[in-house]
Amino acid sequence: MCASNDFSACDIYDLIRDIKDPEFSQTLEELKVLREDLIQVSVYSDVLDIRITFVPTVPHCHLATLIGLCIRAKLERDLEHFTHKLYISIAEDSHTSAIEVTKQINDKERVAAALENPHLHATVQECIDFVND
Amino acid sequence: MATASAGESIQFSSTQTLKLQHEQTLLGHEDRVWCVVWSPKGNILASCGADKTVRIWAKEDGKMVCRNVLSGEHNRTIRSVSFSPCGNLLISCSFDGTCCIWDRSKSGEFESMITLEGHENEVKWARWSACGEYLATCSRDKSVWVWEASEDGSEYECSGILTHHSQDVKQVLWHPSMELLVSASYDNKINLYCQDDDDWTLHQSLTGHDNTVWAISFNATGRRLISCSADQSLKVWELDGPMKKTGVWKCMLTVSGDHPRVIYSVDWCKNSGMVATGCEDDVIRVYTLDDTDGLSLSVVHAQAHEKDVNCVSWNPKQAGVLASCSDDRTIRLWQVVAATETKLI
Repeated sequence: MCASNDFSACDIYDLIRDIKDPEFSQTLEELKVLREDLIQVSVYSDVLDIRITFVPTVPHCHLATLIGLCIRAKLERDLEHFTHKLYISIAEDSHTSAIEVTKQINDKERVAAALENPHLHATVQECIDFVND
Repeated sequence: MATASAGESIQFSSTQTLKLQHEQTLLGHEDRVWCVVWSPKGNILASCGADKTVRIWAKEDGKMVCRNVLSGEHNRTIRSVSFSPCGNLLISCSFDGTCCIWDRSKSGEFESMITLEGHENEVKWARWSACGEYLATCSRDKSVWVWEASEDGSEYECSGILTHHSQDVKQVLWHPSMELLVSASYDNKINLYCQDDDDWTLHQSLTGHDNTVWAISFNATGRRLISCSADQSLKVWELDGPMKKTGVWKCMLTVSGDHPRVIYSVDWCKNSGMVATGCEDDVIRVYTLDDTDGLSLSVVHAQAHEKDVNCVSWNPKQAGVLASCSDDRTIRLWQVVAATETKLI
């Protein structure tokens, strides 16, 4: 494991800003789903503690879970060699099922099972491998 | 039920300063290791994980080595493994929706015997009842299934489907001496079931946790049950009154403030009474019973693993021997010792 204290909220934001929205052709940054000021990074006992809050485009966005999965998958891949803990939440009052979706995208067992689903896996890969021209 | 003989049994008092001594790291799994469990005799260790294999470990020249890799039966993550009370059968549960029973009574090596199908999606856990007659399985499909073994044990028939949880069921567990079944769920509840005539019915629902209940474990007498949760707390539930399966359980203790993150695993040692937990913060903690029946935090082993600790398991025969596994792909073996480094056996 590498030293984890060299990351700032800005670095984390850079890793995820260009994830493509599962529904639209724009990135999560362009749609203002992700904002740098809604990312908190701290270091506790050499462990990078990352807390990301995102804001779905509409309160009934049915792809909120998928957006959460994309953020998690991208960071798990990019930060594989850094000791880190990740908590992703949906901004309060921004979604009709904010609490339910937040619980789901932080359940590592459900996330692992979802990412083994070939269809979901392909969709997530497409969103996180998106190159923003 | 595993009990220690007089020579093996140990008592750790809460005033002793204990620590976990690292004994060995077992390498081999190629991805996250979800579950590790000792055989009833304590001489074999089984593990499984996201690499879709079950690994069997046993001692050779004083060290645990991988004796067998069971693969080919599951095409998704293997979430958990569990031994039958006799130790000859092993069941693996997979995200592919099936369970596979492996038998070693014929050749000495575990060979695939039957696949149990029925759950709609990921099977999370399976466990045999103390007498080995029943098997319970649970799944993300929110149901708990009770299976009954045929007389020769070669077939299993579903004898009940329990659908009392409103969300996925994380773990099932049988009482060590009674036919009482317990399940823990993402719906924050713990359910207890027993047989009423021939039907399995919900007996009691234990509420109190504020988030997913990940794991449950009974103490040696079966009068107490401990649960761990994503709410970062442990709860001890106690049977109120005489030992019968229709008895009522009450929460006697909540331990909060010790775990800063999700607690994925809890195991109550049937020999020593110690409780071990595996937490998302990579730490293994060990509690001892104090004079007032409370749990006293005796060991906080930071960086026990490089990533989340997914499962902890006490050896049922060797006092103070603990196995753990992690997202860091390793299994580690530990011995609880006094901080003065004297083995307390």
